[in-house]
Amino acid sequence: MAGLRDATAIVGIGETPFAKRLPEDEKTLACRAVLAALDDAGIAPGEVDALASYTMEETDEVELAKAVGFGDLTFFSKVGYGGGGSCATVAHLAAAIATGQATVGVAWRSRKRGSGPRPWRNTTAQLPTPAQWTRPYGLLRPVDEIAMLARRYMHEYGATRDHLFNVALACRNRANQNPAAVMYDRPLTREMYMTSRWISEPLCLFDNCLETDGALACVIVSRERARDCRHTPVYVHSAAQGLPAQHHGMVNYWNDDPLTGPAWTAARHLWKHADFTPQDVDVAQIYDAFTALIPLSLEGYGFCGRGEGGAFTEGGALEIGGLLPLNTGGGGLSEAYVHGFNLINEGVKQLRGTSTAQVPGAATCLVTAGEGVPTSALLLRS
Amino acid sequence: MLSPVTDPDGAPFWRYAAQGELRVQACADCGEPRFPPRPCCPHCQSFASEWRRTSGQGRIWSYVVPHPPLLPDYAEQAPYNVIVVELTDAPRIRLVGNLVTAPDAPLNSLSPDRIRIGAKVQAVFGPTGLPRWVLERP
Repeated sequence: MAGLRDATAIVGIGETPFAKRLPEDEKTLACRAVLAALDDAGIAPGEVDALASYTMEETDEVELAKAVGFGDLTFFSKVGYGGGGSCATVAHLAAAIATGQATVGVAWRSRKRGSGPRPWRNTTAQLPTPAQWTRPYGLLRPVDEIAMLARRYMHEYGATRDHLFNVALACRNRANQNPAAVMYDRPLTREMYMTSRWISEPLCLFDNCLETDGALACVIVSRERARDCRHTPVYVHSAAQGLPAQHHGMVNYWNDDPLTGPAWTAARHLWKHADFTPQDVDVAQIYDAFTALIPLSLEGYGFCGRGEGGAFTEGGALEIGGLLPLNTGGGGLSEAYVHGFNLINEGVKQLRGTSTAQVPGAATCLVTAGEGVPTSALLLRS
Repeated sequence: MLSPVTDPDGAPFWRYAAQGELRVQACADCGEPRFPPRPCCPHCQSFASEWRRTSGQGRIWSYVVPHPPLLPDYAEQAPYNVIVVELTDAPRIRLVGNLVTAPDAPLNSLSPDRIRIGAKVQAVFGPTGLPRWVLERP
């Protein structure tokens, strides 16, 4: 078998507006994003035969298919672990199409996290963490769980709040170029960052992603079919999921090396099946629910060594023109937080040459899903 | 305040804690301790386990200081600390807990600027049956 390498391509992307509060419900937003992506591809809804989304997605396949008029579906899958599933939705469809189980796949995510409930407030639902060992002590929210790792990371490696600010600033600067971003007209300064309120020390307000209503979708077909679509194909060059041995999710405190995580596992597979290396990546879309995930991911995906993720952010490395332009639509920190799906669509825009913060000549892009939970990642190329 | 929503694997930990004992699950065949508890040993795949008593001594591995928005009972005491303690008896066993001034003291009884990674701590048991931690040298 030839494998996945460049066997499929993303040929359509679609998204709704992003806002703290949108009037329409999640199902309607899902339909709008999916139809926009199909229109972008030039493919009729009746041709869709495969779907993929997150287990946390509330609109199920039956509802979506009957609303937008899909054809007969022969493949549908949902991936777990919240934002860790984003890139895996595309990976599952790529695998299904490459192996002949389907021909036109749609991946989507619709979420009203801006105006809807905060998942951690539900004390009866067990989030994907072993809650009995953490929640009674007041380690309640994802930010608390990640801040615990961030504090240890800063202690072990000498990373600083300025390093985390570099991440927040790069994302905000890109959002300031992107009219669709929630933070389009809201510049960030170092003083604002350093004097903002704490959420969970050592993480402050600007270390946290936005809370957003919105929906996104993309369309995947075989490389042969992709040549007939409206836009330049963006090939799925390599794809991987990652669940490391003895990993514990966001409370990864209970193994030999808690400061390595799923990124390392996904990266080993991703690069093994790629024709290029981290040094050849033109632009990266790295999951940024919290700024502290970026230094970890930079290490995990091989852009720098252990403990160097903080220092990597210095000297404008994450800005346009830097070593590794990051989250060029603004990311979860400053464009929209829709479980990382906007990072996939932004990767496609970069390789089409249509980003609002275009990296000149970008031909390769890494997209990652949530670090700190069982994750997934994609290498895209034009 | 939230109390532990336990399961068959975790229940013995809380039974011992209610008696004022800090015990961790260990393989009854190869002897490897493991946390959180689970049905079988990831090293030797044995289903036989025992609950090994620990000295309750440890060092702070990391800590956070949560601020609102939080659940109401926790918001009332914020900012408070949550620590991760590495056990002296089994360094790879790390427990989440709170550093307090006395077994029955509130979550925010110790000023966050007193907390240091590496500081020695001792387990104590309050009225709720949750293990809590005090500084060995307050």
